[in-house]
Amino acid sequence: MSATVTLEVARYRPEQESEPTFQSYEVPLRNDWVVLDALNYAKDNLDGTLSYRWSCRMGVCGSCGMMVNGEPKLTCAAFLTDYLPGPIRVEPLRFFPVVRDLVVDISDFMSKLKKVKPWIVRRQERALSEGEYRQTPDQLDAYKQYSMCINCLLCYSACPIIGLEPSFIGPAAIALARRYDQDNRDQGAGERLDILSGHDGIWQCTFVGECSEACPKSVDPAGAIQQYKLTGAFDWFRTLLPWGER
Amino acid sequence: MSAPSSYTLHHPKWFRHRVSVFWWLQKRSYTVFVLRELTSVFVALFAAFTLWQIRSAAAGEEAYAGLMARLGTPAFVVLNVVALAFLLFHSITWFNLAPKAMAVRLGGKRVPDLVIAGSNYVAWLVLSAAVAFILLAL
Repeated sequence: MSATVTLEVARYRPEQESEPTFQSYEVPLRNDWVVLDALNYAKDNLDGTLSYRWSCRMGVCGSCGMMVNGEPKLTCAAFLTDYLPGPIRVEPLRFFPVVRDLVVDISDFMSKLKKVKPWIVRRQERALSEGEYRQTPDQLDAYKQYSMCINCLLCYSACPIIGLEPSFIGPAAIALARRYDQDNRDQGAGERLDILSGHDGIWQCTFVGECSEACPKSVDPAGAIQQYKLTGAFDWFRTLLPWGER
Repeated sequence: MSAPSSYTLHHPKWFRHRVSVFWWLQKRSYTVFVLRELTSVFVALFAAFTLWQIRSAAAGEEAYAGLMARLGTPAFVVLNVVALAFLLFHSITWFNLAPKAMAVRLGGKRVPDLVIAGSNYVAWLVLSAAVAFILLAL
């Protein structure tokens, strides 16, 4: 008989239980299998009622984030062989409300994301006849890292502040705000800073740094937030000066 | 025409985990973080000690000798050793994190992390040497 590994999967079926329980699935252990493959095997062959999100299975869509042995991971990039001998515990992303089994409700994040205006803000759009907005490689380099975010929300599950202060705008949204601030085509930095220096913004962050550790795309949200703190502090000092703006 | 019927948006029956008071013991990096936050107490303590030292130095030789005698007692030595350990932990962890906050761009390129952290360490050494020089000269 070929090797197997046990998955301990969190189940939550709101119509029949009031809190999550764990269910074990014995799945084949293959060197080229990730946790998502094992979940798909379980759903296809053992229990069709298991619910979870996934799409691209190659670290681009950001749908398959779950807690694997207590750590936020993209299950499409978490190889079974890294968790031997098992059992491997799979739970929904921490700090998000669970809708069913491994599926969490991310609508709170979606509204936070919208607040920071993650798009290019222009006071005046350039006329089409003036041509495209051009960028040098250095100008691209200034924000490219932050543009790699796939909204997988692993950083939210890594951040203890999100657990303690659920209103905190959070790592990914702030990193994406930074992405547009650092873009030389954008003129919305002031509007974003107004939101981010508010109660639920950058100052909630105590720089635990785990968001950047968890990020599968090396976005470094922790760095973005600290840089915002510097920007915010300078901005505040400038308002104190007699010749300062405002 | 009849009035529009009112309805409630569908809301799934969520389950929310509560965060334990001991969340910071559940992971090593969280514990290190809380310890790093705690170091600020010892930083304040060290600052208070230094101010105390300056005050007694200004008050004359006798006062300074009295302070030194008191700081030499085992309780103060232990307290200072513990405070020093926390202070080193504070300085080293924060200097190592400095490059994250300081994204300095020179000539379109980001200054390497090593240069940012390194300049912090150099400034630390220079200032420490200056303080040591003043204290030893007293």
